[in-house]
Amino acid sequence: MTTSAVNVILSRKERFEREPDRRSEDFHHHLFELEAEGELVVQRVAGEVVEVPTKYGIAKRIPKAHLWHHKSCGQCGHIPGYSTSIFWIMRKLGYDYLDPEDQTSCTAWNYYASATSNQAAQAAVAVRNFAAAYETGFFPLIHCGTSYGHYKEVRSELLHDAALRAQVRKVMERLGKQLVLPEEIVHYSEWLYAVRDEIAQRAVRDVCNVAVTVHPACHYYKLVEGDAIYDPDVYHGQRTAAVSGLVQALGADLRSYSTFFDCCGFGFRHILVQRDFTRSFSTLRKIEVMRAEADPDVVLTHDTGCVTALDKSQFAAQAHERNVGVPVMSEAQFAALAMGAHPFKVCQLHWHSTNYRPLLEKMGIDWRAAWAEFEEDAKRLSDGRQQFLTWADVDA
Amino acid sequence: MPTLSADPYLKRSDATGYGEVDRATKERLIGEVFEDPRFPHYLYGCYECGICVAACPSARFYDFSPRRIAQAAARRDVELLYQQLEEDVWECSQCFSCLRCPRGNNPGGIVTIMREVAVREGLASAKEALAGYSRIIYKIMSTGTQVSPDMLQPDAFPDWGPEVKDVSVNLDLWRRMLPPETMHTTTTGWQVADRTLVELYVIWLETGALDMIAQVDKGIHMILAELMEERLEEEGIEL
Repeated sequence: MTTSAVNVILSRKERFEREPDRRSEDFHHHLFELEAEGELVVQRVAGEVVEVPTKYGIAKRIPKAHLWHHKSCGQCGHIPGYSTSIFWIMRKLGYDYLDPEDQTSCTAWNYYASATSNQAAQAAVAVRNFAAAYETGFFPLIHCGTSYGHYKEVRSELLHDAALRAQVRKVMERLGKQLVLPEEIVHYSEWLYAVRDEIAQRAVRDVCNVAVTVHPACHYYKLVEGDAIYDPDVYHGQRTAAVSGLVQALGADLRSYSTFFDCCGFGFRHILVQRDFTRSFSTLRKIEVMRAEADPDVVLTHDTGCVTALDKSQFAAQAHERNVGVPVMSEAQFAALAMGAHPFKVCQLHWHSTNYRPLLEKMGIDWRAAWAEFEEDAKRLSDGRQQFLTWADVDA
Repeated sequence: MPTLSADPYLKRSDATGYGEVDRATKERLIGEVFEDPRFPHYLYGCYECGICVAACPSARFYDFSPRRIAQAAARRDVELLYQQLEEDVWECSQCFSCLRCPRGNNPGGIVTIMREVAVREGLASAKEALAGYSRIIYKIMSTGTQVSPDMLQPDAFPDWGPEVKDVSVNLDLWRRMLPPETMHTTTTGWQVADRTLVELYVIWLETGALDMIAQVDKGIHMILAELMEERLEEEGIEL
């Protein structure tokens, strides 16, 4: 067989090793140094820990249990099955957690959209939330990609700027709180990656015939890139392994496409008041490219903004006969479905826009029967026999 | 004769279309960008390679270029930066795809700083960009959660499909059907404790974030200030 130039390039890619010249700093040393100097308090990763590989080879420590769920504005606001699925998986795997009421939004969605905040305010909000988690002894698990990225920005600013630390410490003193930073800032999809084999072992639905494309969130792997997960066994370590690693573990048909690295088009302000931009970008650069190159049954992502932009942008695009029609959800929802979660009581797919029913059928889920069960529960609540649905109800 | 910039390589005021704004004002505003403590970490120079533009979603749909932002900042081109402050910065998607810059630049970060200056200084262009956004600002600052379930109304999101109406009609019932107790809410994404809100108000007031609102929307500022001061007074917290 002759060796073509393309084959040479592809064989090199299979042995891909990232050049160390742009390696970002390992913040841990600085963090512990400042702690030793009494400048801040570090909340340690504790209990059973999984070490995962990151972009430049620095191990990241993910705690399996005793997690403080830092919820997401968008997930809780209009994709509630997203966060419910995360909780459900954690319960199924037997890991304890805390769903706190003393958490605020990171406020970064508004900050990136409107700039009606400032560096000190953003840092103080982050530290207040970290301090609230620290006071409970539970370790923060960040549900939102933007919160995760922004908190890492804030961490970097606090570690390098003594004036900012002093300003934030003063505000914290007013609140009776300490300047706390966690040892690691952990995104929920990193936790899912860390326990992916346990999830796969608990899968009750075969997903090997389900074609999946992944859209990774910009704020997960582009903002402060150094401690995002990269795995040599996922895309040869050339793309982040978050989401995709779990898809592989579940045995689904992971498919690639050429605009993998493109943003979803969310735009922060744009998704709310300039949606023509979001819709155009999501449709033309992501969904249509996936359809043409990979023909997925579902797009999985790991941030509120991405689910919103990709899912909601497809409805109006149908009027223009665009090549759309791929359901969009988080990998937490997909994993929960594979583990036998109820598509409506847990995954809450009725809050989504693009048609997900063909996917459910392919996964062997009778969505008509599931919807009838949901409506039955709804009737029980609407006629006053029960006020809320509980975890016991959804697993019944 | 139009007045040329001191440096002949820099843009002239008439070329940027803001000749009526005096040079001192522009220098003061752009000076705030340069003086921000984050700025030295966001700009190292520019190869003019265009990798940031190729990655930028906004560059595909608007007359926007992260490279132009980095170049103007690297040249200290006050005239061009002022034009960008008035026009370009609100087109950025803040996705930070531009961070793949081989020089280590962060054009999206420079835009973040420029936007903060535009808001803090109450530029008319910032007010215009944020018109229609007041409700979101009010929501996040007053409740600590950004997007509440009751915002999902068909008149606001007609392009999101008929499911929006289904959610809106069944909102209270469907929220009560969520198993996590903190999410039985309709006016906030999740239940936020009163004490936590008070702490958030202290942060907004102490850091000057609330003052920034006054520059772009006096009405929202007045409502937020009254709300926060009243709650802090109830809690016996003096600022």
